[in-house]
Amino acid sequence: MKKGISLNILPIVHKEFRQIIRDKRILGILLFLPAAMLLMFGYALNFDVKNTSMAVYDEDQSSDSRDFIQQFFTSDYFLKVRTLSSKAEINNLLDGEHVRVVLVVPSEFSKDIQQGKSTNVQIIVDGANSNAAATVLGYINAIIQQYSLKVMAESFMRIGGRQVTMPIDFQPRVWYNPELKSAKFLVPGLIAFILMITTVISTALAVVRERELGTMEQIMVSPIRPIELILGKTIPYVVISLFATITILLFGYILFDVSIKGSIFLLSVITLIFLFGGLGLGMLISTIVETQQLAFMVAVIVSMLPTFILSGFVFPIRNMPVFIQVITYIIPARYFLSALRAVILKGAGLSAFWDDAIFLTIYAAVMIVVSSLRMRKFLA
Amino acid sequence: MKLQFANKDLQSGGREADRNYAVIADQLTKIFGNFVAVNHINFKVKRGEVFGFLGPNGAGKSTTIRMLCGLLVPTEGTAKVDGFDIAGQSDDVKARIGYMSQRFSLYEDLTVEQNIDFYGGIYGLEGRRLAERKRWVIEMAGLSGKEQMPAHALSGGWRQRLALGCSVLHEPPILFLDEPTGGVDPVSRRSFWDLIYDLSNRGVTVFVTTHYMDEAEHCNTIGLIYNGRLIAAGSPTELKQNLNRYSIYEVHCTQPVDAMELLKIQPWTAETSIFGSAFHVSTLNEPDTPKKIDQILARNRIAARKIEKIIPSLEDVFIHMIAEEDARKTGDTGV
Repeated sequence: MKKGISLNILPIVHKEFRQIIRDKRILGILLFLPAAMLLMFGYALNFDVKNTSMAVYDEDQSSDSRDFIQQFFTSDYFLKVRTLSSKAEINNLLDGEHVRVVLVVPSEFSKDIQQGKSTNVQIIVDGANSNAAATVLGYINAIIQQYSLKVMAESFMRIGGRQVTMPIDFQPRVWYNPELKSAKFLVPGLIAFILMITTVISTALAVVRERELGTMEQIMVSPIRPIELILGKTIPYVVISLFATITILLFGYILFDVSIKGSIFLLSVITLIFLFGGLGLGMLISTIVETQQLAFMVAVIVSMLPTFILSGFVFPIRNMPVFIQVITYIIPARYFLSALRAVILKGAGLSAFWDDAIFLTIYAAVMIVVSSLRMRKFLA
Repeated sequence: MKLQFANKDLQSGGREADRNYAVIADQLTKIFGNFVAVNHINFKVKRGEVFGFLGPNGAGKSTTIRMLCGLLVPTEGTAKVDGFDIAGQSDDVKARIGYMSQRFSLYEDLTVEQNIDFYGGIYGLEGRRLAERKRWVIEMAGLSGKEQMPAHALSGGWRQRLALGCSVLHEPPILFLDEPTGGVDPVSRRSFWDLIYDLSNRGVTVFVTTHYMDEAEHCNTIGLIYNGRLIAAGSPTELKQNLNRYSIYEVHCTQPVDAMELLKIQPWTAETSIFGSAFHVSTLNEPDTPKKIDQILARNRIAARKIEKIIPSLEDVFIHMIAEEDARKTGDTGV
């Protein structure tokens, strides 16, 4: 009989793989779910606001107003769909689906500018989709600011008679995700999300299934030690989860042009740490609940939902009420996501996310220790 | 196909006299909350014997066997299995026992061979030894040609024999079987017991719980457990001698239930119990009992077809002992 430091893990790993491979459904879910979700989220969950349909009512009809209006359509953020000829046409325009924004340039626009006076323009935005409306308002604001600066510089030139350089040349650049594509932002989130599903749910189910079938009892009367059982049962899921990670990265690269800017080594290390936390959580669940059905429900509630809602995957944490923000500090995916985005999108080194790494390590250690202790208790 | 024993390791097991025993339970107790499942029981199982642990459902059979296998921690008392303490030396105990329960515990989705591979693996078997033992189990269980069949496709008897095979892959000197024949047809039960005898003949100590009386008759020694207490132990013959003070009569008559009620209240009646269409009456040893029974029944217009003195079965013995235990207990609390 084996003794001492040698670990008898292989029979369990081997068996676990055989069972996973035999159960085609699980295998399919583990391997193809990531790709399917990436497609779904990548294309459907799109926060980009492009080609916003805009109607324009130019009361002024001057060269200044035309110049001003033109600013909106040099980018592909706005698309002129209507040109209005009277104020009355504005009414009911936003009720339909065709127009999201109406820009009204008043008749005194040019006169005010020429006289160096402040002037007003009217923007009417369809606020039904508040997220998109906020983004659109941001774009409009930036365009108007830039135009104001230009006008100001020109009037200085006229008054002073000499060339005036713009005090601040506002040239916005978005780093790391220059096209502001949601997909780039989502790929790291998806990795966290899918790893959470594969690790927590599958380990919880794998252990509870053995308890339900009574095979756990048979293992418990054997000389297998708790650590061997835990490692033997988790290693296959670590391998599969890593495989799922690679699938997501690959599809992310092919479909959404998301490449890993930073070190692959760092990425692997941080992913492994996160995985162990998830596996620990799955084990912990399996020591608490008794049926597969309950294990599945508990696993979904404690892993999938917080990862989806509270990690910053889809909803920005800073927009949440303060007490919800406090809760996000105990969600491991929050830290993993921030680290992943740093490595994948920014190419950052460990110095940029060492605090996230430390939290993830603590979380994984606590989960593994607590679940092993509980496991040992019911295995002994 | 010879069995190897782990007896070399006995030196760690304590007293000289204990060598003759595979299992020694000393005041073994398990309490769940307010419920005393096993109440200070003592017994010894001799090496190489088939020890039957009998009792009604909920008597504490499974709890006892689960403590001996290290699946439950005793609340009080100790036990030694193959000389090792079940609490302090559970790793040594686990390496020396085989365990199989009524639930069979096979992986339904894996094949016969894969199940054997796995159970062999967790006991550290590999290479030639695993291949050798695998051949032995497949032959023993009559599964030749079915190696690649998934376990869920096997019928009850085969699965049960495969489960037994898996639990003795590592050739344990002691085998614990917890109601191994539950839910299996009589033919399979018979062939399963043939396997148990076979193992016993090779020197394996078999500790088996059951509530089948015919199975109990096959054991070398029987312990009767009732309400968590061991109320009798001995060979089937010895236990039957406990009833020497009594005569057992089998009565065939019309209205057996009414007849039983009438006889139960007689001062010379110890116990009555229904057996199929007849019933058994155990009485004090008096010569004219059959005549007295006949008279009582006749007085109440019940026609006795046959009143016959029989050799007590184990079932008679157990019913008698359980009744005595119940009487003792109500007597205790009544005082």
